[in-house]
Amino acid sequence: MDALLQFIFSGMTVGAVYALVALGFTIIYNASDVVNFAQGEFVMLGGMITVFAHQAGMPLPLAAAMAVVAAAGGGVALNRLAIEPARSAPVVSLIIITIGASILIRGAARLIFDKQLHRLPSFSGDTPIRIMGATILPQSLWVMGGAVAVFIGLWLFFSRTLTGKAVLATANNRIAAQLVGINTRWIMTLSFGLSAAIGALAGVLVTPITLVSYDVGVALALKGFAAAMLGGMGNPRGALLGGILLGLLESMTAGYLSSQYKDAVAFIVILAVLFVMPQGIFGKKPVERV
Amino acid sequence: MKTTTRTAFAVLLGMGALSGAAQAEIRLGASVSATGPAAFLGDPEAKTIEMMVEEINAGGGIDGEEIVLTLYDDGGDPNKARTFATRLIEDDEVVAIIGGSTTGTTISILDMAEDEGIPFISLAGAISIVDPVREYVFKTPHTDRMACEKIFTDMKAQDITKIGMISGTDGFGASMQAECKEVAGDQGIEILADETYGPQDADMTPQLTRIRDTEGVQAVLNPGFGQGPAIVTRNYAQLGFEIPMYQSHGVASNAFIELTGKDAAEGIRLPGTALLIGDLLAEDDPQYKVVTEYTAAYQAKYNEEPSTFAGYAHDAVALLADAIARAGSTEPDAIRDALEETSGFVGTTGTYSFTPEDHLGLDLSAFRMLEIADGGWKQLD
Repeated sequence: MDALLQFIFSGMTVGAVYALVALGFTIIYNASDVVNFAQGEFVMLGGMITVFAHQAGMPLPLAAAMAVVAAAGGGVALNRLAIEPARSAPVVSLIIITIGASILIRGAARLIFDKQLHRLPSFSGDTPIRIMGATILPQSLWVMGGAVAVFIGLWLFFSRTLTGKAVLATANNRIAAQLVGINTRWIMTLSFGLSAAIGALAGVLVTPITLVSYDVGVALALKGFAAAMLGGMGNPRGALLGGILLGLLESMTAGYLSSQYKDAVAFIVILAVLFVMPQGIFGKKPVERV
Repeated sequence: MKTTTRTAFAVLLGMGALSGAAQAEIRLGASVSATGPAAFLGDPEAKTIEMMVEEINAGGGIDGEEIVLTLYDDGGDPNKARTFATRLIEDDEVVAIIGGSTTGTTISILDMAEDEGIPFISLAGAISIVDPVREYVFKTPHTDRMACEKIFTDMKAQDITKIGMISGTDGFGASMQAECKEVAGDQGIEILADETYGPQDADMTPQLTRIRDTEGVQAVLNPGFGQGPAIVTRNYAQLGFEIPMYQSHGVASNAFIELTGKDAAEGIRLPGTALLIGDLLAEDDPQYKVVTEYTAAYQAKYNEEPSTFAGYAHDAVALLADAIARAGSTEPDAIRDALEETSGFVGTTGTYSFTPEDHLGLDLSAFRMLEIADGGWKQLD
């Protein structure tokens, strides 16, 4: 029994990490149908900038805030310098541009920072919390809390604010959005900045658990992308639940089956789900009006 | 016009080569993985090789002859390593090669060196590099199998015979996992649980819970490299294990204690080289001088601590310089013969004595069993 609870705690911890990364994909996807493969690099930047600012003597909250703002700036720059000039290109080309950007950011981080691994101190200490024989670290609760907070924020943004609806409108039909007076350029800038900021926030929260180095972004983005696909691309609820589900799948496989097949089982389940529900669990079926 | 330029260029090149030969110099070649996935090995190795060649030349070279170093970065790619080995031998006309940060790149260089009769000192771990012995191939790092044997010897000294293993699926972890499983039987160690994790995984508590729930496990061994072992150790403390934990030489560095946190790392045992505990060595320790001098020079030049892997490169250059001096010649065959006669040569990794049957030249005494205590290292034997 305590083993099962331990597997659930592990799955929730890892799942919350995936969910935070997956949530970052949502905004850009909603605004432009582009899957931003540089999202993992924003997570890495969040962690790295915070580590180096903190080492330079800055208090942790200030260092984290600076990292989030800097990454948001990076997101805006990515949009202005690489995505916007190629706006008339098909979505696939834009996605490939983001892959190129991720390689560039990774290389730059290696030169600006270093190639070593780094860790941030846990926000609330390292004393594990014991519940019925199983343990969970306080930092895991921070990550889960962060994932839920970002989810609620995004949900309110898309359903309650005019700007959020303008983002959805831009994705749906850029010309129609312009006709009703939406500044689509500003919406694109906003969505890249916000996505990068969410990624960086994820980086700050997960670094005490996963550690950070210039090249952690690829693996994080891959798992986050898988979580987002499983839940339904573009849907914040899908990103959150997809992440948790993926984490639980991995920990249950490692716990009850074999750790060798952990990743394989997770991806087989994702494939199976996507065969039956190509839009993901919470994804909407596209409706074309003729 | 184009042809004339080319001819002129060729003549210039030819003159350059001639004047070079006239000055009498020792052409040393190296191909290491300074970038790419094996950069953690190759980067400090490249830095060490460059630093040591500069040092030797500043001190007047070997018998008054300067070393001319040609260093290539193969990026961990065996195909590139093969190309560079060919280039080193045919174009750069080197008399000896150092390199092969990984076993894969070493295997590529090894065939070339063996066929062309150029002495080659590898910096990679696998035992297959020197077993069976190849005439021109030597290596400086101890093998993963020796690390397993050292750990198992320490376990038996504490009456531990039943263990659980949790290994990374990265190259280092997978190789050591296989070696440990192979020698466990001979050493009288029984592996009751055998778990793995991906090198980028964020939480290993499920695997550790399985090991904890396996009846009879007396200790846990974690072969791995990078962030994995740090996360495993943190999870280990989180789950409140009361049995000892062993790590491998892959994480023998101060960075590991930093990443893991002082409290979680307390009591961890691992095999390491003298290089790691330079400031703990007694002044009459045979390795004291070489370790402290090398560490000081490396730190002064690069402002970071030399890793165990950097030490492998140090020993390779030092062994070659020693062999060339003794051979009194820059003929590859003379260097090879002198290298094989090396006896009791003290390096940072251990004391090397090559024989025609043994081109590794280290024994288990090269490893020192260490324990982490109060955020630092403590030597056990």
